Amino acid sequence: MNERVRKLREQSIKTKPYITAERAVLITRFYEGDVASHVSEPVRRALAFKHVLENKKIYVGERELIVGERGPAPKAVPTYPEICCHSLEDLEILSTRKKMSYAVNGETKRTYKEKIIPFWKGRSIREKIFSEMSQEWKTAYQAGVFTEFLEQRAPGHTALDNKIYGKGLVDFKKDIARSMQSLDFLNDPRAHEKMEELRAMDIVADALICYGARYAEKARELRKKEKNHVRRKELKKIADVCTRVPAHAPRDFWEALQHYWFIHLGVITEVNPWDAFNPGRLDQHLYSFYKKDLDDRTLTKENAKELLQLLWIKFNNQPAPPKVGVTAEESNTYNDFALINTGGVKADGSDGVNELSYMILDVIDEMRIPQPSSMVQISKKTPDSFLKRALRIIRTGFGQPSVFNTDVIIQELLRQGKRIEDARNGGASGCVETGAFGKECYILTGYFNLVKVLETALNNGLDPRTGLKIGLETGDPTKFGSFEEVFDAFKRQLNYFVNLKIKGNNIIERLYAERLPVPFLSLLIDDCIAKGKDYNDGGARYNTNYIQGVGLGTITDSLTAISYQVFDKKQITMRELLKALKADFNGYETLRQILLNKTPKYGNDDDYADNVMKAVFEAYYEAIEGRPSTKGGNYRINLLPTTVHVYFGRVTGATADGRKALEPLSEGVSPVQGADKKGPTAVIKSVSKIDHARTGGTLLNQKFAPELLADEEGLDKLAHLIRTYFKLDGHHIQFNVVDAETLRDAQKNPEKYGDLLVRVAGYSDYFVNLSVELQNEIIKRTEHKSF
Amino acid sequence: MCGKCCQVCPTGALAITGKQVTLKEVLREIDKDSIFYDESEGGVTFSGGEPLLQLDFLSALLKECKDWNIRTAVNTCGYASHDAIAKISDKVDLFLYDIKTMDEKKHIKYTGVSNKPILENLKRLAENGSNIQVRFPIIPGINDDKDNVTETAEFVASCRIKNISLLPYHRAGIEKYKGLSRVYKVKKIKTPSDQDLNLIEEELEAFGLKVRIGGG
Repeated sequence: MNERVRKLREQSIKTKPYITAERAVLITRFYEGDVASHVSEPVRRALAFKHVLENKKIYVGERELIVGERGPAPKAVPTYPEICCHSLEDLEILSTRKKMSYAVNGETKRTYKEKIIPFWKGRSIREKIFSEMSQEWKTAYQAGVFTEFLEQRAPGHTALDNKIYGKGLVDFKKDIARSMQSLDFLNDPRAHEKMEELRAMDIVADALICYGARYAEKARELRKKEKNHVRRKELKKIADVCTRVPAHAPRDFWEALQHYWFIHLGVITEVNPWDAFNPGRLDQHLYSFYKKDLDDRTLTKENAKELLQLLWIKFNNQPAPPKVGVTAEESNTYNDFALINTGGVKADGSDGVNELSYMILDVIDEMRIPQPSSMVQISKKTPDSFLKRALRIIRTGFGQPSVFNTDVIIQELLRQGKRIEDARNGGASGCVETGAFGKECYILTGYFNLVKVLETALNNGLDPRTGLKIGLETGDPTKFGSFEEVFDAFKRQLNYFVNLKIKGNNIIERLYAERLPVPFLSLLIDDCIAKGKDYNDGGARYNTNYIQGVGLGTITDSLTAISYQVFDKKQITMRELLKALKADFNGYETLRQILLNKTPKYGNDDDYADNVMKAVFEAYYEAIEGRPSTKGGNYRINLLPTTVHVYFGRVTGATADGRKALEPLSEGVSPVQGADKKGPTAVIKSVSKIDHARTGGTLLNQKFAPELLADEEGLDKLAHLIRTYFKLDGHHIQFNVVDAETLRDAQKNPEKYGDLLVRVAGYSDYFVNLSVELQNEIIKRTEHKSF
Repeated sequence: MCGKCCQVCPTGALAITGKQVTLKEVLREIDKDSIFYDESEGGVTFSGGEPLLQLDFLSALLKECKDWNIRTAVNTCGYASHDAIAKISDKVDLFLYDIKTMDEKKHIKYTGVSNKPILENLKRLAENGSNIQVRFPIIPGINDDKDNVTETAEFVASCRIKNISLLPYHRAGIEKYKGLSRVYKVKKIKTPSDQDLNLIEEELEAFGLKVRIGGG
């Protein structure tokens, strides 16, 4: 990377994230004013947006070519008090927590104390949500049966398609005007509502145009003071670019990137959308600009790469908005999960990999910053050279890019009823979530603790941690005469909690539709303008709500243990097992060892356990799939945890798979940590027994030591493994290439690392099976690799 | 040995390594991975111990694999009768064939048997047109001397075999010896350095051999 990129990257990495009250102050001032109380809700939101963009500080940093910050400067994180208002205590926790803290200065705290908190107390969406939830919902929520995504961040989990590259906001305004003209005030009872929404969209389009113009002005201003003639030229160019976009469609590569970035800032300034808003298939969107500029000789490959790198830095300059309440302590990431897609197929189904796809991988490799996240879409048409270029980055232990199966993503989208071209133009965003980019409102509504549901069934509706009744009375488990009765009790609890969750979601969804429309995001997603309907109110072409199942491995192994040891082998009685769980296995170590070592486990291509997994999958699918949302869309399932399996573990007692209380649950669709002992091919076989096409995304993590992938042969093998998983219709796989520190931890805690493969000498073995001497040798070797 | 103790040992600290299996059971296990072979153009490797010690079973398995279009490799030390090898050679896609040392005396000293039949078998297999990958374990101070390397190369090249793997000595066997309550006698031998391996690689390449380091 060149000097400019190096300096800006360093600034982005070194600057500590801090909270700015800028947005909170502007929003509050607007809501206090007269105008706010005299207009419809969409227009109120639009005017608030406009107020922020007209008054926020404009930042054009030294050396920058792509400009725009959400806050007043890089790494400044604004807050969204209308959604959730931080208390002084929250700010204290955020600034003092050990990991991933956000600095909060005295002035920000004072502003919060004197202006923000007094105004928003009792008025935020978050407070409204909690006041509307039933007692049963609250009990289950507090017990850790599910989480609620929308309690502190707005919906908005979506990625863009290519429409913005052919249109400026002026063109969007024309679309809005057309939609306004076609309103039928005589026959459409909702015409007025639609008009208000369209008006709001028109206001926000103007607001962003004006925001771009402010950057142009700022660049011109700086140019006047600038002495260095090279920088003067650059500032002139910035001013020109910002005069063109976002008002008008971009004409070249540079304008396209700046155009996207302004739009990105618009979306993440309007609200704090969950999460992952991103350009989607960046290599597809930008390729025509890139090609044309290279042909015209107005751009070199070096320029293109530099501009991409500068965009990457912009992403990294925007840490995730900090949480409030309990989650302020728990959520340890600055990452906002913007996931750039590369590869995949084009709308006509042909291979989408192009020169820019490779360049983006180079950028990822060189930048090594947590944001944006990146992934490669691999279809059966994707050349091996592209997959292997990605694997060369993966093996450096950076954790990116993750690898997705385009063919299954398309199957998933088609199954949900999407048009073939929308499916092919889609991809995955966030962690692994499938979406029809630019056309779908897909919302993750919360994680669902499958293991806690089983625990409730095994305790006849009580939460053993608190003694509170949280579920149904499904019967005394010691009286169950067969595994089917156990499973039936689990299913009844499952349906009960899913119903509770969906009832809550339906209320929350309406709260957002009515009180927090997002006219700016609505501009960007088909067919909100045409329908005159907000993104939060079903304006998108497709609307999907997800509930993300967590702990598939743990619940499978627990149910398997009950089936196998209690009912098949009759080695253990249910009474004894329940006593052992209650005692967290204290005094029952022998029993625990039998559960751990003498019981079939998911992840070993063993049909005994894998069939139980399939039954759990079906039960979860049936409970959720196809249920209507208030947006006219449907509920679907996906299986991913982010880091919530740790939190869910902390609220779940000992489990029948031998897991001790408070330990993390299994993550994603991965087997229980260390339970897969037959190698990666067996894991892939087990995980492939899930019908991925009926989900909206699953997450599989595999752990390797770097030496395993050191040579070309290692890479080839990994490529074969991935291709086979994808042939079996797996959705996603990511590789955790471990470092020496992890190996040392594995040496100390072998029980957690039963699945960790290392290269020994011309062959591979499980790390924990090796002698201490050999383990030390491998640790030393790993340390020597300069990753 | 009845193995009852292992069945009940809850931690799995006691375990029997190896078990009796039927042909069907092995085939079922192979079949589980067959989808991976399609992608990697891999297959199943029969190794050991010494697979030729279970000649009939091996032969039956190889036949089944052939019928199911699963590629096979047999990893052997080559110490067997002509007939034994002839019985399977047409059913094997690839022989992984060890040459430990060309020096007969040393071979007897370290393995207990002469290398004559081994080299003879290899020659015949090569003449018969079998696909062979020679495996040359590099054990510092025992068989990595220049003379042995040269002789090995000459012999392999004279058989018109192209491929040879260098298997650097490793110490992963120590645990196994402990498990078997056997004394590990060559504790002092070190793993060969990359530099040493590269030298040997160059020497072998001079004979037109295709060398790879590691068994893979």
